[in-house]
Amino acid sequence: MTTLLDKSHAFGAAANLFCRECGATYDLGPGNACEQCFGPLEIGYDETLLSLVTRESIEAGPRTMWRYGALLPATPVVDLQVGGTRLVKADNLARELGMKTLWVKDDSGNPTHSFKDRVVAVAASAARSLGFNVLSCASTGNLANAVAAAAARAGMRSVVFIPSDLEDGKVITTAVYGGTLVAIDGTYDDVNRLCAEVAGEQEDWAFVNVNVRPFYAEGSKTVGFEIAEQLGWRLPEQVVVPVASGALLTKVDKAWREFSQLGLVEGTPYKVFGAQATGCSPVSTAFKAGHDVVQPVRPSTIAKSLAIGNPADGVYALDVVRRTGGAVADVSDDDVVEGIRLLARTEGIFGETAGGVTVACLKALLASAQLDPAAETVILNTGDGLKTLDAVAPVAKPTVTIKPSLIEFRNSGAAT
Amino acid sequence: MSVTVRVPTILRSLTGGASEVPVDGASTLSELLDKLDADHPGIKGRVLDDAGKLRRFVNVYVGEEDVRFAGGLETPTPDGTTVSIIPAVAGG
Repeated sequence: MTTLLDKSHAFGAAANLFCRECGATYDLGPGNACEQCFGPLEIGYDETLLSLVTRESIEAGPRTMWRYGALLPATPVVDLQVGGTRLVKADNLARELGMKTLWVKDDSGNPTHSFKDRVVAVAASAARSLGFNVLSCASTGNLANAVAAAAARAGMRSVVFIPSDLEDGKVITTAVYGGTLVAIDGTYDDVNRLCAEVAGEQEDWAFVNVNVRPFYAEGSKTVGFEIAEQLGWRLPEQVVVPVASGALLTKVDKAWREFSQLGLVEGTPYKVFGAQATGCSPVSTAFKAGHDVVQPVRPSTIAKSLAIGNPADGVYALDVVRRTGGAVADVSDDDVVEGIRLLARTEGIFGETAGGVTVACLKALLASAQLDPAAETVILNTGDGLKTLDAVAPVAKPTVTIKPSLIEFRNSGAAT
Repeated sequence: MSVTVRVPTILRSLTGGASEVPVDGASTLSELLDKLDADHPGIKGRVLDDAGKLRRFVNVYVGEEDVRFAGGLETPTPDGTTVSIIPAVAGG
């Protein structure tokens, strides 16, 4: 009985794991796939515990993502003070794009400068409570940073697997935390496949996005929770979310449905839009073709953080987009670079390539009239431009280089 | 010579806990699954759906090749290769 009580405390309101496909249920523990049908496992909650959550109980919490802890499957055992990132009213960008009300949820303000700190906070805490001492992951870069940093803070060993062609800005910012960093000659999907196999061998390692994935994925809900609270406890009418595995998009939707069901916000309708780079656009392709399956692709894009050719939650992202009346768009790498520059030039926010994808897709969705310029819209910047400097380096240079001479300055044109 | 099948954690209750099992004399993935099921009853039904197709959330590799990019269930499984059965829901 004591064990049961301890367990229910360590995993918050989480009650069990259930299969999204066939409904089979399992005790809380490591595992990501259903034994019966390989379907994805999700966290099931004790509805009675969830119903105790109020705006006041949330507002009384810390100014981090853990203020929503009662709606998460973990308690903050590992805490880097994640979340509470800014929601910026983007009037300049809105004007440029002919929109009425636009917000940027800027998750580059997290401890390792991407939204991945949120998922890792939940995964690492759950992993500790499940008795793991090693934290691992397959990563396109941002997750690598977050796992290595959280493990360092928690005094856990980290073993992080990345594709060997990642940007320096993501390799260095992982290696510096001192864990084991394994670079693989292959795509992210190759890395992911290897990790699924390694996870079958190293059963005492917590792979945050493999055997702890049900806990991990719930952390993304906190982006959605924060947006709703920062808007004054209400939902926007449209949101544009970058799509890699599709998990973030589905969890933003889940967050808003939970807030609505719990009466924390009015359940006003919203449309969810997905953003991909054309060089890795399996979800966009399926959306445009009207398919409900996602055909894997081999990625080729500068938006490496989104370069997942076989997205685990792709079909669920499609479901959310279609249910809410949204759409999925994709844009060229040149458009991604322009998207980064547009956000930087208009709002003073330097997003990484995924942010450029999102801004460029916002523009494309407006051009195709799939997104309503008059409806209140939130876009997600999920990572920091400092991590992907190479993408803009060729077009972001000094305007002029001159000697320290007043004459040269006057003649340079820089004064005008 | 035979084919080595790597068994994911969630199917090891059907292989007596073994993470790798050998299969002899199967020339395609389809035949391999039949033989595997004869040795470890029930395993085929976990990998394939009622219509006999690969389940949506399982990936099967013959060597390094994802069979969805190759010949599906008719992908050849020559002696000495390794077949990996892997839950698809990972990553991101």
